[in-house]
Amino acid sequence: MQKTSKALLGLATAFVMSSALPNLAKADELTLCWAAWDPANALVELSKDFTAKTGTQMKFEFVPWTSYADRFLNELNSHGKLCDLIIGDSQWIGGSAENGHYVKLNDFFDKEGIKMDDFVPATVVGYSEWPKNTPNYWALPAMGDVVGWTYRKDWFEKPELQKEFKAKYGHDLAAPKTYDELKHIAEFFQKREIDGKTVYGASIYTERGSEGITMGVTNVLYDWGFQYDNPKKPYEMEGFVNSDDAVKGLEFYKSLYDCCTPPGSSNVYMVESADAFKSGQVAMQMNFAFTWPGLYKDEKVGGDRIGFFPNPAEKAHFAQLGGQGISVVSYSDKREAALSYIKWFAQPEVQAKWWELGGFSCLNSVVNAPDFAKSQPYAQAFLDSMAIVKDFWAEPSYASLLQAMQKRVHNYVVAGNGTAKEALDGLVKDWSDIFKDDGKI
Amino acid sequence: MTISHSSIVEKAADATARATPASFARQVRGLSDRAIAWLFIAPAITLLLAINIFPLIWAVYLSFTNYRANRPNAPIQNVGLGNYERVLNDPDIWQAMQTTAHFVFWTILLQTVIGFALAYLIDRKFRGHAFWTTIILIPMMLSPAVVGNFWRFLYEPQIGLFAYAVSLVSGIPTSDVQMLGNVSLAPWAIVIVDTWMWTPYVMLICLAGLRSIPDYIYEAAEVDRASPWRQFWSITVPMALPFIMLAVLFRGIENFKMFDMVTLLTGGGPGSVTEVASITLKRAAFESWATGRASAFAIVLFVAVFGLANIYVRALNKVKQR
Repeated sequence: MQKTSKALLGLATAFVMSSALPNLAKADELTLCWAAWDPANALVELSKDFTAKTGTQMKFEFVPWTSYADRFLNELNSHGKLCDLIIGDSQWIGGSAENGHYVKLNDFFDKEGIKMDDFVPATVVGYSEWPKNTPNYWALPAMGDVVGWTYRKDWFEKPELQKEFKAKYGHDLAAPKTYDELKHIAEFFQKREIDGKTVYGASIYTERGSEGITMGVTNVLYDWGFQYDNPKKPYEMEGFVNSDDAVKGLEFYKSLYDCCTPPGSSNVYMVESADAFKSGQVAMQMNFAFTWPGLYKDEKVGGDRIGFFPNPAEKAHFAQLGGQGISVVSYSDKREAALSYIKWFAQPEVQAKWWELGGFSCLNSVVNAPDFAKSQPYAQAFLDSMAIVKDFWAEPSYASLLQAMQKRVHNYVVAGNGTAKEALDGLVKDWSDIFKDDGKI
Repeated sequence: MTISHSSIVEKAADATARATPASFARQVRGLSDRAIAWLFIAPAITLLLAINIFPLIWAVYLSFTNYRANRPNAPIQNVGLGNYERVLNDPDIWQAMQTTAHFVFWTILLQTVIGFALAYLIDRKFRGHAFWTTIILIPMMLSPAVVGNFWRFLYEPQIGLFAYAVSLVSGIPTSDVQMLGNVSLAPWAIVIVDTWMWTPYVMLICLAGLRSIPDYIYEAAEVDRASPWRQFWSITVPMALPFIMLAVLFRGIENFKMFDMVTLLTGGGPGSVTEVASITLKRAAFESWATGRASAFAIVLFVAVFGLANIYVRALNKVKQR
């Protein structure tokens, strides 16, 4: 009997030890999940200060953009414990809040004195709130990003080109303020010989597989007056998504694709667009602001050769929001430690360093600092762009909504099937079906 | 002194017998051959059931529900045949099936014809045939991800070798040779890549078939003064036919599941002209998280492939028995 008791006690001790030991070992380590891109490297650098201050080691899981959503949404849906902290895409907020993947941060913010008023309002709505425009916070704005443009300043400054351009279009060859101007420039450079090389007008988003063409098309459609739904009646899309103005905007995007992009531009997103610019193929490129620091540093096209401008205006003036907020994963065993990272990250001095290292801070005290606009050559364009952002649906069904738009607009813009009106009418139908499935209409 | 191999084995057997507990040995001795056979294959069968059969049964169950994997806490409701009705009435799914059928048909046709022709040439055993066989096999050994990226560059209108070669032959400017962005050409761009990659596989199987034909049959045909053409149609093709059909079966099943290469080359575009069934399924299952509907679609696909393969295998057996 005594033997049996001893054996049982021994087994129980061994079990407790074996289950407790890994936790003890991991208590000093936090895993942060994000996409593999330049800002992630800056965050690794920045996080060394956190480790120095708290002793908590930071482990990073970075996944290429092409599999970022697949990988981490799978992780969240399967209630995985890989990530303690996650910098999730802005569109994930709705689904992650409703499905309980993220920890709600309101109480924590109140306790730690973190105020959402201290952050750029658009980033709070875009990265933190669900439902939108309500004070329910699921993330701290982490990486401000927006679609804007870069241009070959050195080409624009060539006197002979300036003269020729002015004679042809009646306005200066300079960073465009309207889409008409942008198209003039793109047409002007298309198939032009510069320094013995054939160059093209502009690189724009056309990628089919994930979200590329939608990010590009919406960036333009907003300015023509496209709206996701009736501001007075949510989910009423007829006449808003497919309004006459929206149709004109989509027609413009197609005309830009047809007239002024390099050959083989049928599947272009962030990397391809940056590559087209870096290889000296295009006069302008549409791309997220996160690419700007890297392009500015580029030996061939950076420095004095590159210029930055926010999305041009038309009837309205908007730009497609990118970027992400940082959240605590509700399945993490290290919630407290993860929250302490967010507390540390929210500090003004850390946010200032984040900007210095190549991250895009969303803190007002950083972006509204008197010297911010001159702190980097692209800072002013970033500020101007962040002031006009608009985001895609952040509904829990955002992925289905995105897929529908990818298909409809690619079919029209790149494949050349049907008309812009048919594409947007089809989109209204697809989106209505999705919201009906969700019981929202 | 040399110890013979058999004595080592005997010693080892004795040691094992001594180390085996008497009760276990008695139990094993009491088992029939059949029971011992089952004992050995039980782990494999358990693994097979857990990895293959259980997910299949689970997918069948899910296909009758409204389950969404991204909303695990939502109540699961039985929707009867609703998912199947929706899948079978979805024009997008029919278009994807049509696209898939197009790829399967053309890739099999081209791979079989070219693969058999190459095998026939290699079988002649000309000087350096082993070297050329190895060279021909290289594409098959590469990963589809590498092949996809490699061909994306080849198809690039500005710097791609493919566009350059077409331009050289036809006189069309390279910038107009847009294989991946053109609605009419994109499906063929994928057919070309798949044919380039998998023809060696068909060739290898056909080669095995050709090498299995005994020489004395040809010698007898020559004695009967049969022409090479007659020998080809009356001996080579019928005797290699089961192998050719086997290659067609393998490639058919594989190409029905084509995913990685299409994703890398076109992402399903332009528009949806290259969106094959597997891409549609992946989007429904892991992007839209319509798990129930995606399961129904997967079952429909499974039944289609299984049914067609079954009919085909019966035909194959008949050919083998001739």
